[in-house]
Amino acid sequence: MDHTLKKTSKLTKRNRIIAYTFLLPNLLGFFVFIFFPVIASFFMSFTSWNGFGKIEFVGLENFIDLAQDKGFRISFVNTLLFTLISVPITLFLAIVVAVLLNKGVKFIKIFRTAVFLPYVTAPVAVAVVWQLIFNPSMGPINGFLSSVGIDNPPGWLSSPDWSLISVSIVFIWHNIGYYMIIYLAGLQNVPDSLYEAADIDGAGPIVKFFKITIPMLSPVIFFTSIIALIQSFKVFDFVYVLTEGGPGRSTNVLVYSIVNTAFERYEYGYASAMALILFLVILVISYIQFQGQKKWVNY
Amino acid sequence: MDYVTEKNAVIEKNVKKSRLKFNMNKVTRYLIIVGLSAICVLPFLWMLSASLKAESEIFGFPIQWIPEVFYWSNYVEVWTRVPFHVFYLNSFKIALISTVLLLFTSSLGGYAFAKIKFPERDKIFFLYVATMMVPFQVMMIPQYMLMSKIGLVDSHWPIIIINSFSAFGVFLFRQFFVSIPDELLEAARIDGLSEFGIYFRIILPLSKPAIATLIIFQFMHAWNDFLAPLIYITSEELYTLTLGMQFFVYEFDTEYSLLMAAAVSAIIPTIIVYFLAQEQFIKGVSNTGVKG
Repeated sequence: MDHTLKKTSKLTKRNRIIAYTFLLPNLLGFFVFIFFPVIASFFMSFTSWNGFGKIEFVGLENFIDLAQDKGFRISFVNTLLFTLISVPITLFLAIVVAVLLNKGVKFIKIFRTAVFLPYVTAPVAVAVVWQLIFNPSMGPINGFLSSVGIDNPPGWLSSPDWSLISVSIVFIWHNIGYYMIIYLAGLQNVPDSLYEAADIDGAGPIVKFFKITIPMLSPVIFFTSIIALIQSFKVFDFVYVLTEGGPGRSTNVLVYSIVNTAFERYEYGYASAMALILFLVILVISYIQFQGQKKWVNY
Repeated sequence: MDYVTEKNAVIEKNVKKSRLKFNMNKVTRYLIIVGLSAICVLPFLWMLSASLKAESEIFGFPIQWIPEVFYWSNYVEVWTRVPFHVFYLNSFKIALISTVLLLFTSSLGGYAFAKIKFPERDKIFFLYVATMMVPFQVMMIPQYMLMSKIGLVDSHWPIIIINSFSAFGVFLFRQFFVSIPDELLEAARIDGLSEFGIYFRIILPLSKPAIATLIIFQFMHAWNDFLAPLIYITSEELYTLTLGMQFFVYEFDTEYSLLMAAAVSAIIPTIIVYFLAQEQFIKGVSNTGVKG
């Protein structure tokens, strides 16, 4: 008895040494450059630090200021609107494309490649292209619109009413392919027999889509909706290149504000408080989704 | 009996009806597919075509997809007026070093979490998974202060370092290694192979799909990354390709054909890699479904 106990503890010790030797390179970097910054960010949001001098704790002051900060409120609302526009449309189009490109189409690989292509390209580079495509006076989109007889085409990126929608369009275009691939994987688990049964009952493609495909994909839809939500809350590259938050503040989103506050105005404490709110909002929405899934997700 | 024949008749009618509808459906189906794929690809074609045009020909409707005269000189100008090759090399350096480091540190870490039993294992792994939820934007400020304390700001190292220890890599490898049966490891232990030998000679060769996934995603992420270089790099000779693009927008504000030539140059490497490793890309996305 005593002997085996000794043996296990010896084994534990041996395993521990081996395990930490394997873990060391990553664990060290992880603690210093990821875990510590996460904790530090939390504490910094209760300080008024600007990079110089002593770190002063100010309690909840940053958060009280944020509640009254009009610029912050605008960027918060913009981020919400951006999410409301881009997430549902991205996911819906991705499901439609995945269903259409699941099987029984000629050149299926070419079409899939085409849809996935935007996702692999650098947002900064393609944003430059979209800037020209959206050009209100000379760009091809308005060229097309006026050629079909629309006299007052929108000003897209240079109009405060259309700028957020324009950025959403580019964001949706860039991401559809990614979600399409996930849905294609999900569709492999939907048995053909369900569609065959529906054929026999005389169901059309739209009925089949809403009554079979969507419910059968619901776990994947739930999962992708959380990823898409987080992605859209973190949008930055496209905004930075396409509009720089403008015109006015019409596309000033949360991360754009955070980067500006921290690295242009050096208000590190205040920016950390904004980042903490970003994180909390992501957590809360994920939590709500998670609670809500019980009602609509079929496992 | 009566009921069955009646039902069969209904079924036959429905099937016939759906056959009639079938052709119509097929046409709409192709129309939607072609339309959506066109929307995805046309911006690239437009960019390519604009990059080879004279300044005065870029705009104008209807679009002239094939330029009258090919202005290859646009590319020559882009590559000579700014040190584009330096931007390329910088991006490549960051992507390569961080990918190799991440591969090394996270496969070792993943092995410890998947194949070695030690008391604190689950707690530490939980910390890793929990930080995967935290957006980069939350940690970037303290990270920046840390890097400036160490004196690494305005070099490539901060970007390489923060990319080399991602929790995602450890998570990916851990999940993959768990699926490799323990009996294989036991047999190797009996044969006298050391723990590192098992990792290096048995586990790694079996993990090519996971390695390929990580290489592709990390390389692409580092190549396309904009925020980290924007924060850390100020000297022009250290610019990555994405920063260089932004620099271009300021420099060549209205020289649109040059801008387009620069954009084409910036995205061509990822497009080539994508075409070469398409299967891995797609498997990677559908297997992991995370990371973006």
